[in-house]
Amino acid sequence: MTETLRPKVLVVGGGPGGYVAAIRAGQLGLDTVLVESGRLGGTCLTRGCIPSKALIHAAGLYEEAVQAAGEAGRFGIHLKQVPELRFDETVGWKDGIIDRLSGGVGGLLRKAKVRTVNGWATFSDAKTCTIDTAGGVITIQAEHVILATGSAAVELPLLPFGGRVISSAEALSLAEVPATLAVVGGGYIGLELGIAFAKLGSKVTVVEAQDRILPLHDAALTAPVSRWLEMHGVTVHLGARALGQDEEGLLIETAGGQSRLTIPAERILVTVGRKPLTEGWGLDQTAVAMDGSFVRIDDRCATSTTNVWAIGDLVGEPMLAHKASAQGEMVAEIIAGHRRRFDPVAIAAVCFTEPEIVSVGLTPDQAPKGIETVVGQFPFQANGRALSMQAGEDGGFVRVLARKSDHRILGMQAVGRHVSEFAGEFATLMEMGAVLEDVAGTIHVHPTLGEAIHESALKALGTAIHI
Amino acid sequence: MGLYLFRLPDVGEGVAEAEIVAWLVKVGDIVEEDQNLAEVMTDKATVEISSPVAGTVTAIHGEVGGMLAVGAVLVEFEREGGSDAAGAPAATAPVKLPPVEAVAKPAHAVHPSASAPANAATPATAPRPLASPARADGGAPLAAPSTRRRALDLGVSLIQVPGTGPAGRITPEDLDVFLERDGKPKTGGASRVARTGVNDTRIIGLRRKIAEKMQEAKRRIPHINYVEECDLTELEALRLDLNEHRTADQPKLTLLPFIMRAMAKALPDFPQVNALYDDDNGVLHAHEGVHIGIATQTPNGLIVPVVRHVEALDVWDCAREVARLAKAVRDGTAAREELSGSTITLTSMGTLGGIVSTPVINHPEVAILNPNKLVSRPVIDGSFITVRKMMNLSSAFDHRIVDGYDAALFVQRVKRLLEHPALIFMD
Repeated sequence: MTETLRPKVLVVGGGPGGYVAAIRAGQLGLDTVLVESGRLGGTCLTRGCIPSKALIHAAGLYEEAVQAAGEAGRFGIHLKQVPELRFDETVGWKDGIIDRLSGGVGGLLRKAKVRTVNGWATFSDAKTCTIDTAGGVITIQAEHVILATGSAAVELPLLPFGGRVISSAEALSLAEVPATLAVVGGGYIGLELGIAFAKLGSKVTVVEAQDRILPLHDAALTAPVSRWLEMHGVTVHLGARALGQDEEGLLIETAGGQSRLTIPAERILVTVGRKPLTEGWGLDQTAVAMDGSFVRIDDRCATSTTNVWAIGDLVGEPMLAHKASAQGEMVAEIIAGHRRRFDPVAIAAVCFTEPEIVSVGLTPDQAPKGIETVVGQFPFQANGRALSMQAGEDGGFVRVLARKSDHRILGMQAVGRHVSEFAGEFATLMEMGAVLEDVAGTIHVHPTLGEAIHESALKALGTAIHI
Repeated sequence: MGLYLFRLPDVGEGVAEAEIVAWLVKVGDIVEEDQNLAEVMTDKATVEISSPVAGTVTAIHGEVGGMLAVGAVLVEFEREGGSDAAGAPAATAPVKLPPVEAVAKPAHAVHPSASAPANAATPATAPRPLASPARADGGAPLAAPSTRRRALDLGVSLIQVPGTGPAGRITPEDLDVFLERDGKPKTGGASRVARTGVNDTRIIGLRRKIAEKMQEAKRRIPHINYVEECDLTELEALRLDLNEHRTADQPKLTLLPFIMRAMAKALPDFPQVNALYDDDNGVLHAHEGVHIGIATQTPNGLIVPVVRHVEALDVWDCAREVARLAKAVRDGTAAREELSGSTITLTSMGTLGGIVSTPVINHPEVAILNPNKLVSRPVIDGSFITVRKMMNLSSAFDHRIVDGYDAALFVQRVKRLLEHPALIFMD
């Protein structure tokens, strides 16, 4: 049976870019079809952001329990027995969350009257694709096409995925916690998972080719994470190269090619980046222009082909779910006849490492030459709420960068436990074009970690109270 | 307590009146001794007038742009402390001073209730003023997402909208004001907008001085213009060589010092050209010394500092002096003597020099030279065409004193000196 659909809008990919685009299009009354080969929610929801956060949360609780079972206990809490980790149950709990959220997305799509087709779309021209579904072949000819195919983990030729070499997706669904885990790539994905497994009891080794971890962030910001790794027995090899594997584990060449060694590894987690998913669905048939490995777009996410749009990881850095969603929402509105443009002042990025990192806008060493700036930094050590929730002793701080002449905030960063929740305030300040005085003049609730944001602005103005 | 009348002091040799350029105090201000009260302009120098006493300003006389005679009351103070000296300064003021009423331009006392001078010309019904854009960089306009979206929906490019918020942020109200000013919101997304505003600027200070000087020169002097082309190939070769081999203490040479030297060399044979014509009294003062005014563009306008006794300087001296004076006038540190006393003027715009120009004579001088842009041009040499470095030399003369014939002779002499630069250095 062959069915042909002729919707106004076809969305390819059900991740945070595609499903948001489809819901918004549906809300705006556009006849919309969404095609997804896997589960709704995409990488973010099924094998990325959400499951990793669940695992990180469980790992943190387990670590606390293990500590409470030790001689010294925790805040007077002593467990008589060493806690038992049933990792299959942990993974089951995590999968329950995915089911709930993925189901929720399906419900929202239905509510917005979006038809969802489960299968792999193959394009024959820019506006036409066929999908082999369980119920037969469906051909879709759409007026507008939104490409939101996302990205996939980059594979190392010397360490192809398979067997014990796994990507982040597999790492989130392991049957048991590996006794030894080698992480190749010290970016945020590798460190988030590496730290979680270290808390769950793995002996973790991180191998990074550059001379420091989290190379996208500055050294001051990543120092507390380095310190945590060091204090918790996670070995980090910087400037090192992965050469391959043997029976024992991962073969590496240490910094400067000085020596070769084998890192015992039950599992080798390769997290060296992600690449846009541009193959296997007929991108060449759509004839859209490319920009390197990404699809080229303008500030409306329009590709070189009229009425073909592209969003999310497919169109370039930063490969972040919230960017994809914002672009998806915008494209749906443009198709519905609104005038929109993708012009964020800044897109915040968060690392759920231990401690967490959040960064928006420019860092002090990124400040353009010739512009005089001021920096205000406030340590969580001087914040009461931080001390009362064990967030004050890890070297964390809030930092604000502003232009000296008019105090306009150019960037904000923080490192510390729970600081990921600062991302919203930081981004709002940037988008509103705030100056230091705006932050200084806003009463921040006591006792909260957010007081450190207030104090960092005061510090930049030279009037900090608690430091 | 007592009244103290502060009169405009003598601000320079032979200056009878001065223009108020800016008030630095207002009625009600408490001033300290030596605090600056106002800026006044004489000839071309701006002078700050400081207070001889401490006290409270009770009245100020004259508005910005107005002329005030030396000796006229500038500021009235209520003095703190004893009243002994209070009346004295006013009483002992020189009796020859004209009374306040005799001041040339209206110099009514400005009372606190009066609007600020800058707003005086603005009709009461004027729409809310547009602030000038205060963005610190050339980056994207600073505005909240809601404002950006509204502007996009309305087809307004925020680059055109001045922001009044901190750091130049465009507030929702700024967008309202812009729309109000600019008529209806644009449709169709075109960023081209008809501009209908007229900005009124009072011509004061240096600009007014220039305006008056130019008006006076053109009104009094029947100009004749003469243009000749000069082959500077040899001079350029010499200049480049001198620059290449100059010592550390020698300045880089432009063409100006050579032209100055050529003028100094030629002028003794044309005494009526290096002269000041007092047309009111019918006397021509022909100077033996060559004092060349160098027209210099500054951020505020044209100023003509003077290089004195060019006949006694070499090209390096000339270059040093031109550079020093140019810096002084741009910094505003040039002394009165450095801005007056020229006997002939040289004006050059370097690479902006154009092909031909008709300079305005610096009254009461009688001649001005204006070299145009130096360019490589094909020139017929016998039956060949060669490339030569050519420069037109434009000039203007006061026909009352200098006839066309003499003007031509003078320019031809300068041309000969420039084309055969060895002559400049021969005594």
